[in-house]
Amino acid sequence: MDGIHDMGGMDGFGRVRPEPNEPIFHEEWERRVMAMTRAMGATGAWSIDMARFSREQLPPPIYLVATYYQRWFLGMRQMLLDRGLIDADEVSAGRALRPGKPLTHGPFTMNDVARVLTRRKFSRPATTPARFQAGDRVRARNIHPPTHTRLPRYARGRAGVVERVQGCHVFPDTVATGRGENPQWLYTVVFEGRELWGADADPTIKISIEAFEPYLDPA
Amino acid sequence: MAGHDHDHDHQDEHGSELSETQLRVRALETILTEKGYIDPAALDAIIEAYETKIGPHNGARVVARAWTDPAFKKALLEDASQAVGTLGHVSRVGEHLVAVENTPQTHNMVVCTLCSCYPWDMLGLPPVWYKAAPYRSRAVKDPRGVLADFGVTLPADTTIRVWDSTAETRFLVLPMRPPGTEGWGPDRLAELVTRDSMIGTGLARMPGEVA
Repeated sequence: MDGIHDMGGMDGFGRVRPEPNEPIFHEEWERRVMAMTRAMGATGAWSIDMARFSREQLPPPIYLVATYYQRWFLGMRQMLLDRGLIDADEVSAGRALRPGKPLTHGPFTMNDVARVLTRRKFSRPATTPARFQAGDRVRARNIHPPTHTRLPRYARGRAGVVERVQGCHVFPDTVATGRGENPQWLYTVVFEGRELWGADADPTIKISIEAFEPYLDPA
Repeated sequence: MAGHDHDHDHQDEHGSELSETQLRVRALETILTEKGYIDPAALDAIIEAYETKIGPHNGARVVARAWTDPAFKKALLEDASQAVGTLGHVSRVGEHLVAVENTPQTHNMVVCTLCSCYPWDMLGLPPVWYKAAPYRSRAVKDPRGVLADFGVTLPADTTIRVWDSTAETRFLVLPMRPPGTEGWGPDRLAELVTRDSMIGTGLARMPGEVA
């Protein structure tokens, strides 16, 4: 979706403000939100792309003023409601009013902690040969799906060069909306700064994206 | 947490609002616990891991090893997940970690313009600025300006390569080894490797910058 989350190249947000000696969490509730989100993901309630899509669908004014973990909280609560894992009257009451529903991988217990501390595997066996090879010139498609996609707006319609073939991976665009893993080849595609930002851009910058094969045409 | 709760800059947030968020989060955890979905003690264990075990010290060990062991460095640049996996003392690493090497000709910098993708197992949880709009919007368009915000100025002819983490590949920058560190062992070198130097918004410390 052409949402507020797709921020690459926008102006007006001001300078980056590194925080000296930044704590890992700024509030106690941030710890709980991070852990709850990871835990419920590990129960099979949702995939990482579904979680991203839920945050992208926050209304833009809320997305912009919410802190990072507030976005996580709002996205998680909406996913729980959407899946019927909790109900609105329970949110109002602040307690469970009826028993839980079955979870794909069962409840999250101490035995599952190690599993969430290691990155999951998103690569899948290829069923078709890769369409592109390193060195190929490609153009990112001008697509605007109303649902989740990982092709940023700034790259659409722009020409670049395949630098690496990263293997075949779960396709976020379909998995985020429950249409299956639909694995696709993934490529690192490099663009010249001037191709993305025009003739006045810094000639010494190059920007790469990780592009799934359905995002690309030969150029 | 409706829209009217957050119609101003969060940096000016009132204490009462923070406690409101705290109450809502606590209520949700109560519901999930009562429904039997989660064990709160297991959440504590996740938090403890990210506060005590998983952090930039993991990445720093990898970088220091690469600076001192050419065979490891070669393996790291070819397949970082596999290479890091051979270091038993570093936390377990998932697949598709990609290490990218800074040279006098090319400086690498990592961003996730769409959300907050970051090599958690190497660097821990990302800092607030990495997840915030100023960095996500500008890193791909004005990386030199972003570097200036960090107090970093690179030669005008250095190529700046920005990696937008738009998939499940994760990037670790291998910063340049500082001069004046000849003969240093990996433990001492690791103290020069900052988190920001592995994101590409900083450089490794110079020997004089550490006690």
